[in-house]
Amino acid sequence: MNRIIRKLLNNTASLIGLLLLLVFILIAVFAPYLAPPLFPDPYQIPRMSWDVEPQPPGFPMSDDMRFVYESLGKPITRDKAIFGTAQGGYDIFYGLIWGTRTAFRIGIITVTLSMLIGVILGSLSAYFGGWLDELLMRITDIFLSIPFLVAAMVLTTILGRGLDKVMIALVAFGWMGYARVIRGSILSTKEEVYVMAAKALGVKDFRIIAFHLLPNTIFPVLVQASMNIGSMVVTAAALSFLGVGAPLGYADWGQMVSFARNWIIGSPGKAGEYWYAVFFPGIFIVLFVLSWNLVGDTLRDILDPRLRGEL
Amino acid sequence: MNNSLISIKNLVKYFPIKKGVFRSTVGWIKAVDKISFDIYNGETLGLVGESGCGKSTTALTILRLEEPTSGEIFFQGENISSINKKQMRKYRKDLQIIFQDPYSSLDPRMKIKNIIAEGLAAHNLLDSRTRVQKVGELLERVGIPPDYMDRFPHEFSGGQRQRIGIARALALNPKMIICDEAVSALDVSIRSQIINLFKELQSEFNLTYLFIAHDLSVIKYISDRVAVMYLGKIVEIAPKDIFFKNTLHPYAIALVSAVPVPNPDFKRKRILLPGDVPSPANPPKGCRFHPRCQKVMEICSQVEPELKKLDKDHYVSCHLY
Ligand SMILES: Nc1ncnc2c1ncn2[C@@H]1O[C@H](COP(=O)(O)OP(=O)(O)OP(=O)(O)O)[C@@H](O)[C@H]1O
Ligand code: SF4
Ligand SMILES: [Mg+2]
Repeated sequence: MNRIIRKLLNNTASLIGLLLLLVFILIAVFAPYLAPPLFPDPYQIPRMSWDVEPQPPGFPMSDDMRFVYESLGKPITRDKAIFGTAQGGYDIFYGLIWGTRTAFRIGIITVTLSMLIGVILGSLSAYFGGWLDELLMRITDIFLSIPFLVAAMVLTTILGRGLDKVMIALVAFGWMGYARVIRGSILSTKEEVYVMAAKALGVKDFRIIAFHLLPNTIFPVLVQASMNIGSMVVTAAALSFLGVGAPLGYADWGQMVSFARNWIIGSPGKAGEYWYAVFFPGIFIVLFVLSWNLVGDTLRDILDPRLRGEL
Repeated sequence: MNNSLISIKNLVKYFPIKKGVFRSTVGWIKAVDKISFDIYNGETLGLVGESGCGKSTTALTILRLEEPTSGEIFFQGENISSINKKQMRKYRKDLQIIFQDPYSSLDPRMKIKNIIAEGLAAHNLLDSRTRVQKVGELLERVGIPPDYMDRFPHEFSGGQRQRIGIARALALNPKMIICDEAVSALDVSIRSQIINLFKELQSEFNLTYLFIAHDLSVIKYISDRVAVMYLGKIVEIAPKDIFFKNTLHPYAIALVSAVPVPNPDFKRKRILLPGDVPSPANPPKGCRFHPRCQKVMEICSQVEPELKKLDKDHYVSCHLY
């Protein structure tokens, strides 16, 4: 344990990754304080005005909007859009803060589920071999042959709009990599003498998989998974950008980016006028992906037994 | 005959040789080719032969860790060669194995406590507290301080790891332990300690051993009977004293001549075998040993000799007898 901590502190990249991740975790945890919600559903982004055009950072809440909230009996705690507003007057800052929670939810749930599916199918395939292996690997090939984004889009179009649908699509087309990695390592690990010894003791197959094979093969998969959390969030954002993601006004980074779609270039003669509508959501996504990648790299260094010189 | 713990009849194990894109079988490695022998209750049967002659395959097939191609294996009179996996589980408690390599035979990510208790857990024996207690006793018995039980395998030396492997096999109170070159990988100084441990445990727990080695030096010390294997065949089998006094098969004679003699005044002429061991995929016709045999005769390259009973308990497969 000490060694792991020392290793982390010695490595600047690891440290940056961890700090970034920590910042995102803090943002997610303290979202209600950083951006107090106005609606019973905190993921509903409050609007600062009825403007169609984005408004620059520091934009104050418009009077008619203030009137609407007051007549609804909502206490207004924040009346400035410090990152500006997106198309439709949605508060960018609020959307990003609460969107952090959405990002963690999307990333962790989709990665966990697809890893679970991949690990189960991959280890059964490798351990039992024969026709089961043949069948499962052909299925994996079929899923792999379909371009991910296209498949996810088609599936969300069929299932309908919504983040849960996006997540189902991400899981349905995201497990194959894990299955392949774990299959490869179990194929070699199952030939180890200690597996033979366990069989000689009469240990059941599922126990052998759970107590011998997975502990010796799961770490590369965990590294891969942690790196994929970032990319899952990017893909979810891409799907949102393409218009199949979260419902309108839901705090989600993809939604914030898709709000910026029509304003990326700026208005005639004023290129980049709406830079804030692209910049702030973009920087959140980039840093989130970066932090998971750095953490994944760190995990790999820590878990690689060859680097530890232990095994 | 009725005091046989294990009785093997015409045991065959072929491995397919696969080639090409379609992995089609182009031939067979005849690792074990129709062997028959018994292992008596309470004895140590030494099985000796050059590397690749099929000793490990014999061991693994007896334990049904490799499926026999044909032939029968009887354990206490019951045929265990074709029973299913589930039925085989109840015999696993009685038949254990210790492997050659003390490094790869212990799971690097498991505490030795769990390694030793694994058999008990697999068969749902004892509750977890008595299990730990039992692990402590076993460690103590094989000469490792019980308070090391929370350590991982990499914290132990080769000899200690082999002791842990022995404790793991002992945990289920087996009737027989197959020692597959269990001391070959160890330093000479540690080797004799482990062999002595095997001897002590044998009388203490009433164990039967199948003791596999690639030379006779250890076998000479520990075995009651000796079986010599060459290219998937048993060529000679006899009680130890008779075997060493009256070695018959030319291959066995060569093996005996290679055993170092403690008395330096007495020089035995070591017989060096010409040529390499032929491939088990394509064994020589007739007697499999004939390309290397010094006593080779006309008939040897034509007719395969049978394993014949010469004396009480002395069997040999050679046209000379
Ligand atoms: N799983 C397997 N698949 C294919 N061939 C095998 C397999 N196991 C063993 N063999 C082959 O069968 C033959 C006998 O091997 P085995 O391991 O039984 O020999 P051994 O007498 O134990 O040798 P060693 O002293 O090297 O341990 C060898 O030619 C080996 O290459
Ligand atoms: S049968 Fe012939 S070749 Fe084979 S061992 Fe005997 S004498 Fe030698
Ligand atoms: Mg062997």
